[in-house]
Amino acid sequence: MIGIIDYGVGNLFSLRSSFAAIGEACVVTGDPAEIRRADRLILPGVGAFADAADKLRRSGLFDLVIEEAQRGKPLMGICLGMQLLFEKSFEYGEHQGLGLIPGRVEPIAKTVAPGLKIPHIGWNALQFRHKSGILEGVEEGSHVYFVHSYHAVGCEAFTTAVTEYGGLLTASVQRDNVAGCQFHPEKSGQVGLAILKNFANM
Amino acid sequence: MITKRIIPCLDVRDGRVVKGVNFEGIRDVSSPVELARTYSDSGADELVFYDITASAEGRRLFTDVLTETARSVFIPLTVGGGINTLEDFDRVLKCGADKVSVNSGALRDPTLISRAARRYGDQCVVISADVKRVDGVFTVFARGGRDNTGREAIEWIRRCVGEGAGEVVLNSIDTDGVRGGFDLEMLRAVSDAVDVPVIASGGAGCVADFVTLFKTLPRVDAGLAASILHFGEVTVADIKKALRDEGVNVRI
Repeated sequence: MIGIIDYGVGNLFSLRSSFAAIGEACVVTGDPAEIRRADRLILPGVGAFADAADKLRRSGLFDLVIEEAQRGKPLMGICLGMQLLFEKSFEYGEHQGLGLIPGRVEPIAKTVAPGLKIPHIGWNALQFRHKSGILEGVEEGSHVYFVHSYHAVGCEAFTTAVTEYGGLLTASVQRDNVAGCQFHPEKSGQVGLAILKNFANM
Repeated sequence: MITKRIIPCLDVRDGRVVKGVNFEGIRDVSSPVELARTYSDSGADELVFYDITASAEGRRLFTDVLTETARSVFIPLTVGGGINTLEDFDRVLKCGADKVSVNSGALRDPTLISRAARRYGDQCVVISADVKRVDGVFTVFARGGRDNTGREAIEWIRRCVGEGAGEVVLNSIDTDGVRGGFDLEMLRAVSDAVDVPVIASGGAGCVADFVTLFKTLPRVDAGLAASILHFGEVTVADIKKALRDEGVNVRI
């Protein structure tokens, strides 16, 4: 059973539908006992980093997610959920993340060429870096759907894919059992479903 | 680099997809769920659903259609039509919408945009503007193109983006349903005025119109199409192939 962590951030309808479409049982939950019982965990998220980190703390799940990941349970962060995996974020101030992957979250404006629109919204191509289980069978150059204004930096040792937008943006990362996608696999058509399936088998 | 997006637009009334010419003369086309699947399979980058029903029963059918589509189509879904309050945002987001487009609701109360952007994020709020030339001035219309608001369009769109709208859909009433090509003059004025993605709507009549759009106006991010796709004369794949052949970056 896949546990989609519900801490009051973002719309979980599509994630739940995606797992249903690939025949994987999942539960949307904020209940610690259920999260402990799940075989693997998805950490979703949209919005601002500080607000999401606060909500995760207030729902008492911040330390639990760290514990479960350190115990070796497969965990995948999506979009803001991926950003939360890092040590800190510089989105409106400086905020602590879960610290499961070394690196920090910075505005993409520092990376992308001037004149390009921010947020980075739309379909962009993956360029592979380190090998990753969640990208197994996905062709290099496949397009996935992004919506973000911040991305992870200083995490080259764990970067599994980047995307080019007037500069290279971190698209996905993996450190052992902890993976993250900056893009939305649940909105990335067949490629996205394949990535979710890989996670379900990780 | 990010690709140009092709976005089929489904006007839904009483649970069916319909399409009119110059916003009038609506004809029945087909089942939204089936059409959405077909488009997604042929390479659509996103889908827009406009709810053009007036009755409560029609609205219920619309949310059913949206929910069923969102369960089986895994590309971004934008919903518009009848969005007047934050509760309306909530209603469609719960049925699987990713973005919500506002038009008349924002004209009545521009704080709707800022309130929605604060709650759901800028990326979720799309301003859809129906614009027509009145004595040579780009003018915003409300209520599906029926009411002249007297507002100058560029100023209005700039204001909406300032309030937090993360994307602009520009519907030219002058070219809508006529299939004579996109309204390049109007689109240029808008895409020069804002820094968020601009989606061209109204006027696509053939594959070449999309090539002209992106070649002439590289700042436009996406093209919306309804009639030429619904009647099956042209597929999303045809449009993308032509764009790729002309050197426009698309997802194939």
